[in-house]
Amino acid sequence: MRNKFADVIYEIGQKDDSICALVADISPAGSMVNFREDFPERFINCGVAEQSMIGIAAGMALKGMRPFCYTIATFSLYRPFEMIRVDLAYQNLPVTVIGMGAGVIYSTLGSTHHSMEDIAVATAVPNMTVIAPCDPDEMRQATLWCATQSQGPVYMRLGKAGEPDLTEHAIDDFEVGKIRYIRKGKDVAILTYGPITAMACEIADRLEAQGKSVSLVSCHTIKPLDEDGVCGVLTSHDHVAVIEEHVPHGGLTSRVKELAWENKVGCQLSAWTLKDEFIHCYGTYEELLAAHGIEKEAIIAALS
Amino acid sequence: MSNTSFDNTEARKRCLKYRRRLLDISQQVSALHGGAALSAMEMVDCLYHGLMRDPAGANSPDTFVMSKGHGCMVQYIILEEMGVLSREDLDLYCKADGRLGCHPDYGNPGIEASTGSLGHGMGLTVGMAYTEKFVKKTDGNVFVVVSDGEFQEGSTWECMMMAANLGVDNLIACLDHNGFQSFGRTSETHPQFYPIREKVEAFGWECAEVNGHDAAAVVDAIQSRKGGKPFLLVGNTVKGKGVSFMENIPIWHYRSPNPEEYQQAIDELQEVSS
Repeated sequence: MRNKFADVIYEIGQKDDSICALVADISPAGSMVNFREDFPERFINCGVAEQSMIGIAAGMALKGMRPFCYTIATFSLYRPFEMIRVDLAYQNLPVTVIGMGAGVIYSTLGSTHHSMEDIAVATAVPNMTVIAPCDPDEMRQATLWCATQSQGPVYMRLGKAGEPDLTEHAIDDFEVGKIRYIRKGKDVAILTYGPITAMACEIADRLEAQGKSVSLVSCHTIKPLDEDGVCGVLTSHDHVAVIEEHVPHGGLTSRVKELAWENKVGCQLSAWTLKDEFIHCYGTYEELLAAHGIEKEAIIAALS
Repeated sequence: MSNTSFDNTEARKRCLKYRRRLLDISQQVSALHGGAALSAMEMVDCLYHGLMRDPAGANSPDTFVMSKGHGCMVQYIILEEMGVLSREDLDLYCKADGRLGCHPDYGNPGIEASTGSLGHGMGLTVGMAYTEKFVKKTDGNVFVVVSDGEFQEGSTWECMMMAANLGVDNLIACLDHNGFQSFGRTSETHPQFYPIREKVEAFGWECAEVNGHDAAAVVDAIQSRKGGKPFLLVGNTVKGKGVSFMENIPIWHYRSPNPEEYQQAIDELQEVSS
């Protein structure tokens, strides 16, 4: 997603003079360099100073620009949170805050670099749209939407690099604010978002190999959540699972449980999330997820 | 930048009128932050009446942000006098049917940004100034009034570094240096903040220091800047300036005068103006 994002912002920057990029001492490879070189007046490296990155972006938006602020998720959201709340959300400015490398994808860097509760934090802020694309194509479409159609601030949660394409044959088109069936079945539905969707795809494959009819749903827009769409999933499947790279509270799992209760749905509902813990564990991304209890074989066994 | 000569006598008359208006409004509500507005009075007045071009116009080339948002009453009163805000707007200050609160809100006439939480105005105005100068390539200046308490926020210094890095010499900041934060003297909580000027210059800014109640001196200092760098004017002021029992007394950061105190304050301002 990282390189694709750089490609997309360069593409839109060529067409729209209001697009600008602010980074905090981090730059994705490839076209971000092109953006910086071709549009130097619209590229600012704010250095290791995320508060100023958000504040300056807000000032630029007040003068008609559409800034994208880009750095690692923990630093893009948590460090300058009050600037995001007051400068961006309170004034409802069209600034996109990119949280790159979200979740536990920086598996060896420790919890300082794990954004495990960013969805809860970002969705709690009025006016904020929260998008977490599952693959490079969803990221591309989400970025185009942020550049042209967003009316206020957006927090966009991205993975790192190397995420596979998952939606080439999706049932539904990508639309901000709508859930998206990547595949559609009858028995089991998996609701998920972000890079962990790749694991959900493997789980769906295995369940289908066992003869289950499986839906895989990208809930890329966490706020505003497509409540009707989620309710449709809850009422049309026997078993609905949420797989979420986020703490148990305040993310998609919480919202799905709210909707299930409010609509008195009768399906079985399961959820796999990160633990509500800072775990002192290092290893691969998959090993970190497993340490949090998100383990592929266990999920397959539970859904079989 | 305006080249018109600035009339200090007229400025004094205006500021006396503003102070009386502020005291009148203080009798409507308890929320006021009068001390902070009284200290910034002359500096804000000279921005609107001496330095900004077409400040009441919808398409003014210049921009003003009251970063020390708790002092916004002076901005409201000036905008009322200029016809940007109505008398009714100010009469309904902090009331359920009104649209003006204790801090400026973006979207209200003449208010370019929401402020009130300290340490935000510098970042906002760096972004504004950068856009004007380097993206839109206009000659627009961006003025911001910051408080001395605000310089305790790390975000202010982050953005001052960036302002110098970016070369936004169209950013003109005025420090309302009244020496008080809400809980005491800034020199006691942060003695290492002093001296100010050397620190600001070390951060790549041009800096000058004047009596912040001498509006002509403020205008002259700003108009005389060398340029090429962002500019900070340290305006030495008195919190609660103009009302004897408010001056340098921290409680008047928050309090509104009772009827007796109000009458005394009005009498003092009448005496000065007569």
